Amino acid sequence: MTTRITVDPITRIEGHLRIDVEVDDGKVSKAWSSGQMWRGIEKILVGRDPREAWSYTQRFCGVCTTVHAITSVRAVENALNLEVPLNAQLIRNIIQTAHAIQDHIVHFYHLSAVDWVDVVSALDADPVATAKLAESLSDWHLNGPHEMKAVQERLKTFVGSGQLGPFASGYWGHPAMKLPPEVNLLAVAHYLQALDIQNHANKIVAILGGKSPHIQNVAVGGVSNSIGHDAPSVLNIERLMLVKNFIDKLDHFVKSTYMSDVPAIGAFYLDWAGIGGGVNNYLTVPDCPVDTKGTEFMLPGGFIENADLASLKPIKTFDDAYFRDGVAESSKHAWYEGDDALHPWVGETEPQYTDFQDEGQYSWVKAPTFYGKRAEVGPLADVLVGVASGHDGYTKYLNQTMDILKSVSGNPDIPLAAVHSTIGRHAARAIRCGVMIDTLHDQWQRLVDNIGTGDVDTFNSPVFPKEEIKGVGFHQAPRGALSHWVVIENGKIKNYQAVVPSTWNAGPRDADGQIGPYEASLMDNPVADPEKPLEILRTVHSFDPCIACAIHMVDTEQKEIVKVKAL
Amino acid sequence: MASKNILIIGMGNVLMQDEGVGVRAVEELENRYIIPQGVTVIDGGTTGMGLYDPIRNCDQLIVADAINTGDAYGTLVRIANDDIPAFFQTKLSNHQLGLSDLLALLTLKAEVPRHVAIIGMVPHSLENKLGLTNEAAAGLDAMVKRLVDELADLGVQLEERSEQLIGHWRREAELEAQGLCA
Repeated sequence: MTTRITVDPITRIEGHLRIDVEVDDGKVSKAWSSGQMWRGIEKILVGRDPREAWSYTQRFCGVCTTVHAITSVRAVENALNLEVPLNAQLIRNIIQTAHAIQDHIVHFYHLSAVDWVDVVSALDADPVATAKLAESLSDWHLNGPHEMKAVQERLKTFVGSGQLGPFASGYWGHPAMKLPPEVNLLAVAHYLQALDIQNHANKIVAILGGKSPHIQNVAVGGVSNSIGHDAPSVLNIERLMLVKNFIDKLDHFVKSTYMSDVPAIGAFYLDWAGIGGGVNNYLTVPDCPVDTKGTEFMLPGGFIENADLASLKPIKTFDDAYFRDGVAESSKHAWYEGDDALHPWVGETEPQYTDFQDEGQYSWVKAPTFYGKRAEVGPLADVLVGVASGHDGYTKYLNQTMDILKSVSGNPDIPLAAVHSTIGRHAARAIRCGVMIDTLHDQWQRLVDNIGTGDVDTFNSPVFPKEEIKGVGFHQAPRGALSHWVVIENGKIKNYQAVVPSTWNAGPRDADGQIGPYEASLMDNPVADPEKPLEILRTVHSFDPCIACAIHMVDTEQKEIVKVKAL
Repeated sequence: MASKNILIIGMGNVLMQDEGVGVRAVEELENRYIIPQGVTVIDGGTTGMGLYDPIRNCDQLIVADAINTGDAYGTLVRIANDDIPAFFQTKLSNHQLGLSDLLALLTLKAEVPRHVAIIGMVPHSLENKLGLTNEAAAGLDAMVKRLVDELADLGVQLEERSEQLIGHWRREAELEAQGLCA
């Protein structure tokens, strides 16, 4: 029998993502990923001053504010061929890297852990055994029996009050939940601790960005921070030491907790290392420039095909034609006019809404391709491209993660190919987070050293020509390759397109009918109970989806979320 | 005592018309009234976790936001304390880790503000533009007044500025209406 399952949060909140699957004999046989919100937000930018575009683009999204701000100024700088002072590059890099760390921690502990951790089961755990287990995994100072007991008591009160709050939606007791009570309690303890830890990263962003939650210091041509010893608003050694202090705290948690929790929990879900592989092509862009021209980077970029690391084609600079010429978007299966795959500089967004048509148009998200191929973006792509490029940190942390996975599961034969999976994406995010921590230390030291040489430049003034110019700015964002494409004429924006990471991953079928990464990853997923499609959520959540880039409205009219229909 | 540590957050997306009415309301509040010590006003946009620290450190929280209750467009509503819905259901997007989730997390950590009130307006249109619809624009003054009243109930009397200021988003929306951009 075939069952159609629709998971559709749009009935509750405007916009967002809808997933449809057909299930045959307990496995997904067809999948559709549909963005349910018209996204024409870039049109607001047409006619505006390119120097101010960033203050609008940082409002695209409530999660990735800094991400869209920095990518926007990079696009305009690329159009102008404008160099950026080294201090400004480093300050931006520190902000975006701190943001990435915060984002990865929150994704694992606060957004997706409840897919794997049975919170209610933590009430049955033995706190002493939990502490013993935790101490065998790491030297984190908040793993003792008293801490575990206190967390359990707090959870007991919370659950006993009848309001499960953050845990109310969990599929407790679902047959796909496999962790012993002690591991569940450990995860809940770290869930609560991670709330305070992620805040350290926010503080770094606020100190350098001037204001929170929307940063104020970005400018086309650099940053507006001034460096010196005097006035309280300037960036001085006292503030830099404060930043350093937060970096050290993040380092301790990520390396002793996040990076061991993921493989330790993953060891109980090894079947998920064989489920959820996507399109097997991976794209990422280089980031953390350490020169003024954008030709040297801390994080490598490139494209890998068919899961073959040897196929790596690198993307080397901010101006690399290999990236610039390879991107196109198709709207054949999206609710826009036209069927051809178009380059973002000539991209069109004229809406043409039909109903949800399985074989026709079914999404507001377009289908991006790289030289005609579908590509997955995000931490898994970053890790694979990093390892293929010979990046030391990625290689070291990938090996370390595999070692913990093998040791906790007692299975020494887990192949590296297991990373092309649902659990592999979570592992990759933790690995990337470790690399981000090391990068953050490095960028901080470079900034301090550069200021020490007497260089206090932070800004090069842009000058706009009358004729038409075009630029692309990109960023290796927490969810993957983000690019902003701008056309400027006479100092005003003529066209602006953002190709966001979740567009790459959540896009519908393309001009050739190829399915996108979400759709590919759902194929053959098991579904034990169609009414509680936990397995579908696990795989989609492993990408860290972020679709609407916009809407958050409070809605008191809650409606049905999961629909199941026998076909 | 009553005036200690009050946080007012405007929530919403200013690029989506009435969705941003909360941000526009707190902008007006700051530009029409003198904000006394002990009261902090934040433009929260559509962020969630970025507000963790300020919310954790306040005693009383007032939120201005677009709220879809099913009532007529432009209707003002107030939801307070136990009536604020906890939104932890099937999550497919990060944006659903919003304000209500944050409040629930802080409850679990026993760090939730003593008093929470949402002053909301039912939005009419969510097009991609800055300017509010006529319905929302008509209700904006009343929404600002509700915020003033809410503060008064907490023991804080706001003093009007001798001369009103014009905030960034209001100015940009006016420029848009004059056809000077887009």
